Amino acid sequence: MSLKRIDLLICCGSGCISAGALKIKERFHAVLSEKGLTNEINIIETGCMGPCDYGPVMVIYPEGIFYKKVTPEDVDEIVAEHFVKGRPVQRLMLQDEDKTIAAHKEVPFYQKQVKVALANCGFIDPESLEEYIATGGYEALGTVLTQMTPQQAIDVVKESGLRGRGGAGFPTHMKWKMVHDRKEDQKYVICNGDEGDPGAFMDRSLLEGDPHRILEGMMLCAYSIGASQGFFYIRAEYPLAIKRIKQAIEQAREVGLMGKNIFGTDFCFEAEVRTGAGAFVCGEEMALIHSIEGERGNPTPKPPYPAVSGLWGKPTVVNNVETLANLPTIFVKGAKWFSTMGTETSKGTKVFALTGDIRNTGLVEVPMGTTLREMIFDVGGGMIGGNEFKAVQLGGPSGGCLTAEHLDVPVDYETLKARGAMMGSGGVIVMDDQKCMVNVAKFFMDFCVDESCGKCSPCRIGLKQMYNILDRITKGEGQEGDIEELQRLGETVAKISLCGLGQTAPNPVLSTIRYFRNEYEAHIKDKACHTKVCRDLFHFKIDKSRCIGCSLCSRKCPANCISGSREDKYTIGQVDCVKCGNCQDVCPVKAIDRIPGIHSDVTAHKEALLKRKARED
Amino acid sequence: MYREICSKYAPDKDNLICILHEIQNSHPQHYISEEAVQTVAEYLGVPANHIYGVLTFYTMYSTKPRGQNIIRLCESPPCYIKGSENILHKLMTLLDIEVGETTKDGCFTLELCACLGVCGNAPVMMINNDVYGDLTEEKVEEIIEKVRRG
Repeated sequence: MSLKRIDLLICCGSGCISAGALKIKERFHAVLSEKGLTNEINIIETGCMGPCDYGPVMVIYPEGIFYKKVTPEDVDEIVAEHFVKGRPVQRLMLQDEDKTIAAHKEVPFYQKQVKVALANCGFIDPESLEEYIATGGYEALGTVLTQMTPQQAIDVVKESGLRGRGGAGFPTHMKWKMVHDRKEDQKYVICNGDEGDPGAFMDRSLLEGDPHRILEGMMLCAYSIGASQGFFYIRAEYPLAIKRIKQAIEQAREVGLMGKNIFGTDFCFEAEVRTGAGAFVCGEEMALIHSIEGERGNPTPKPPYPAVSGLWGKPTVVNNVETLANLPTIFVKGAKWFSTMGTETSKGTKVFALTGDIRNTGLVEVPMGTTLREMIFDVGGGMIGGNEFKAVQLGGPSGGCLTAEHLDVPVDYETLKARGAMMGSGGVIVMDDQKCMVNVAKFFMDFCVDESCGKCSPCRIGLKQMYNILDRITKGEGQEGDIEELQRLGETVAKISLCGLGQTAPNPVLSTIRYFRNEYEAHIKDKACHTKVCRDLFHFKIDKSRCIGCSLCSRKCPANCISGSREDKYTIGQVDCVKCGNCQDVCPVKAIDRIPGIHSDVTAHKEALLKRKARED
Repeated sequence: MYREICSKYAPDKDNLICILHEIQNSHPQHYISEEAVQTVAEYLGVPANHIYGVLTFYTMYSTKPRGQNIIRLCESPPCYIKGSENILHKLMTLLDIEVGETTKDGCFTLELCACLGVCGNAPVMMINNDVYGDLTEEKVEEIIEKVRRG
């Protein structure tokens, strides 16, 4: 490795790659070799830098200049102006109101963040073991192996207050202690990288952006519990994460950080990667274990817990990716340091994935106890398109919806649970006032029905029944008592399902009923969707005072139900309207509106049909 | 061919999922045939119905022939909120197929899938192993054209 004048860090997390980062990297290589600058400039492909919405992003050192939304066409200018003449390209910098922000560390998105698990993501080359070691990597493992007993290591984790980052928040040291105390010779550690929660991508980013950290975390766990074999279970949808972890294992093995007598001690360890094949339920620890064994990923009743009888019947610790990612730093900086961050019951930081109708989507890490307002408005930059904030879904399909009145609630495991949501894996889906909450609840339910493994009947049948009721409601066929039936079913399914999937799947429905009951009532009683999302519960209307009689809508109507003339203007035949929205899209003067509720013509038509049918019968 | 793939792995049942992935990926039509199931069953010493049980549990495996390129459009809530429905319609009209079908020329199969974990750039789709984000109807057209040309 030679020292170069400039370090160019290009974010090659999956978000930026999907926006074209690899093409930009190729272009840099081409332009630099064309200009003979390859010896002066170091191109480094890093993991996720966080602000996916700005992607593709890059940071240029020594100045630390941040460029966003770079295209291959910008590369020539960056090289000619910035690299050669030393004049950074203003137009690629972030504009915050009237200010141009040049420095990476001054970007508002990063201001309230504290990076522990994500410390190296976006800063080092994830494919280089040397870069990880240069940032203090494997120091924790060395210290623990040579200076601590397994019990002492567990005590450090206990003192830090670390809880599982996968969702339920079970204290990590307790899991470890249970397995540590078992007498069996063979024990296993599994890293749960089956990140299936829609809206969560922190595990992917960690595995892709800092694989050695996860590996070191796994080995710290293995030593503490007495395991000599570990498995990474990663979903097949994450090919880059699988590649990076496999590579990290190889690199560690080559230099003796894995294998026999690590750091000259008696500790021996081997790790392997196993992939999923598209089953959400495999994120549940028993289902995951069965999947590694080569079976269907069905959960089995607990107890026995994996700590007693896990993989191939042996004591097993299953830890989430983010949990493992926190460990090296806890051992280097100390348990006390870690526990100064966060709230009374939830220590440290948490990585959240901000998505939905928010300006700065991306990956953020904040101390536990940060409020939703800080996360959504300060870090996330608020709502897009000038719409109002309506709700936020926390914890994916297992979590719940919270509203504007909860914006100042500090986010930790207990406060969220008390309000009907949950931390889950940390997916934060922000929704604006254009979203119909009944429709959103139906959507989540559809996901859970699809992903239910079918083993236990409350989940298999109960969720399907709930979906059917929601589907009826959104189609204008809701009945008195539907809300109560949804609540009754939801509570039953939650209580008696076999695994976490069924136990939490009713949450989105129950929480939307709790906070948006009026929307359910409007759908059922008034047959109206006030956000104008549910197709059967609104209608299109041409405002004659605005209509110019151009006939464009009539010509674009696939149902041929718009009639009129230049003089009389146009009218929609409501009975035949299929609600395709073409007319609204093509109207040059925007004279067509969506009106909540079913049109009286349609209601009258339906009644007439029913009467006729009754007579014929 | 199937035997060759099997022999790269120890004949243990826990290698089943990896073996199935490799068999499916190496087949030009991206599926697992009856012959493949029989070969794997013999190799691992388990009944063929066990293989089918596993194979049909996971959504990524197919027992039917598919196209050269598998399009997997994310249907999770973050993508839905950002308009994945319009993208789906665009793909269906562009390719003239429904979800789960293969184009007449055998070039594409269209599937829906759970979260791809690129929600910051929703709506998102994956074609084979490549992820495409921030999709618009125009972008979809360009991407399909590019993949078709190879």
